[in-house]
Amino acid sequence: MTPENAPREDAEDSAIIELGGVTKVYPGDVQALRGVDLLVERGELAAIVGPSGSGKSTMLHVVGTLDRPSGGTVSIAGYDVAELSDRELSALRARHIGFVFQGFHLAVGVSALDNVADGLLYRGVPLRTRRELARAALERVGLGHRVGHRPHQMSGGEQQRVAVARAVVGEPELLLADEPTGNLDTRSGAEVLEVLRDLHRAGTTIVVITHDMEIAEWAARRVRVRDGLIVSDDGPGTGRQALAELRGAAR
Amino acid sequence: MNGRTGRDGRTGQGGRRPRLVPARMSGRDVVRVGMTGLRARPTRVFLSALGIAIGIATMVAVIGISASSKEQLLHQLDTLGTNMLTAQPGRTLFGEDAKLPTSSVEMTRRIGPVTEASATGRTDASVRRTNYIDKANTSGIAVQATGADLLHTLDGSMRTGVWLDSATQRYPAVVLGAESARRLGVQKVGRQVWIGDRWFTVVGVLNPLPLAPEVDRSALVGWDAAARYLGFDGHPTTIYERSADTAVRDVRSVLPRTINPRNPEQVEVSRPSDALAAKAAAAGAFTNLLLGLGAVALLVGGVGVANTMVISVLERRREIGLRRSLGATRGQVRTQFLAESLLLSALGGVVGAVLGAAATFAFASYRGWPPVVPSWALFGGIGATLVIGTIAGIYPAARAARVSPTVALTTA
Repeated sequence: MTPENAPREDAEDSAIIELGGVTKVYPGDVQALRGVDLLVERGELAAIVGPSGSGKSTMLHVVGTLDRPSGGTVSIAGYDVAELSDRELSALRARHIGFVFQGFHLAVGVSALDNVADGLLYRGVPLRTRRELARAALERVGLGHRVGHRPHQMSGGEQQRVAVARAVVGEPELLLADEPTGNLDTRSGAEVLEVLRDLHRAGTTIVVITHDMEIAEWAARRVRVRDGLIVSDDGPGTGRQALAELRGAAR
Repeated sequence: MNGRTGRDGRTGQGGRRPRLVPARMSGRDVVRVGMTGLRARPTRVFLSALGIAIGIATMVAVIGISASSKEQLLHQLDTLGTNMLTAQPGRTLFGEDAKLPTSSVEMTRRIGPVTEASATGRTDASVRRTNYIDKANTSGIAVQATGADLLHTLDGSMRTGVWLDSATQRYPAVVLGAESARRLGVQKVGRQVWIGDRWFTVVGVLNPLPLAPEVDRSALVGWDAAARYLGFDGHPTTIYERSADTAVRDVRSVLPRTINPRNPEQVEVSRPSDALAAKAAAAGAFTNLLLGLGAVALLVGGVGVANTMVISVLERRREIGLRRSLGATRGQVRTQFLAESLLLSALGGVVGAVLGAAATFAFASYRGWPPVVPSWALFGGIGATLVIGTIAGIYPAARAARVSPTVALTTA
């Protein structure tokens, strides 16, 4: 999966996300995370579930290396975030992490192809290659026929699939999706989830952040967050623990 | 706590993984990304580039028009020649008006390098449309006696009619200078004008003579006619001579002694083309004020670009966050906004340079000048916009680079 072809046989290397006692305090003494431990292995499809204000967004910031924790250790794709400079974190995001946002964030007036190609803009890939890969990524999310369309010419579901294509065009090891269906109707949402599931089957590690229990149930693993703490977790691996256990915890 | 522990916090595996180095963006990509930002807001780009364009257009046009005017003067000097000298009587030691000897023209012709010489002599008569007009009303027109060779010496040409010849210069015939014809309202050959106390027939009208504007304001009659009808004393008041270009300096030094060997100090020699040359040299001087005006316009344009960029950064915080999440470094975000500012200014600069050049061409062809836009003005103008664009972009770009990547996640 990775361009570096890093050795993976090591058991330790199978972890893509490792959070150890992570805390995050915002100015004004707001405790968003109060000591989170989390391990996500390669190839998982996990959902981080919680109501708004639970700290799940902060977790996404920290896991996505968009923000640094106030305490604890964060290791993403084998890199200790605390040891990396801002530049190195940028490179880490460029190579190892793909993001899908609730609001799509597509460039207005730019074709689907170029929107997706921009996913490789900071990877040092020449434009022609970027476009070739973007075309392939659009095919992958079922939008091979929408290559030249601009965002405003597409439905919300299609736009989000373009955003997914942009996130995975660089074949990141980790795909983080923040409420990917939050702005979509049920049918479009289902389409997007279908695309994510296909990607997962193809080997991408996917972490979805959501407040929607239905989506959470759709994932193989659920991590429930409340008041900055993890209150239940099916555990690493692809849904090793029984679903009932989670249901019990939820009620 | 149900979550699994993160290996007791021992996560530092960085040593075994390859070092993370952000990829460099190619120059082409930098330009592309900058253009994308501009293309999304065409109206705003047009308006803020317009500010720069007006400044640059003003500066280029000011420089271009003054250069064209200078070119025109130099061109005129070239065709008129700089080899003509004039000699006029000065004053005597006692402050009285001196006179040139009647033999002055003959003497001048005898100077070796002199190729042509001619003269005019001022009479006391005045020229009027009719005898009903008061004698004192001269309209600023001098009645001058001259010879058949004057036209050739001055390299003049007739607008209409003919120049004085050996026949007409003995009779009451007159050739009007361009300005005097205008003032008298006489443009046609055959009309009569009142000179002294009798009618003279207009036989020709001259074209303007840039090197002898005093002739433009004269009514010219033959030597003999002047003596016979107007009581002219035969003393020339201006001698015109031409020589080889290289000999002008030598001729100038010997001219007074040749014309009036007894009182050379009473002869004043001048070179009419010097006035034109001085005008050409001064053509650029008055433009400094206008250039300053253009510079102010350019500065205001630069402030406009900076303002546009600051607003753009505020509006595009989410785009910046997205780019950061895609892996853009702070430096790459900074570069993107600097590139945008530069492109915006350069666009204004190029449009301004074209407008300025067009204005120069339009004005120059309207005035009949050869249009000249110095290349240093064009490149200097565009260079100035690049400097402005950089300065205008530094602060917004720094702001953009400080935008936190987490804003991409704060929902739409």
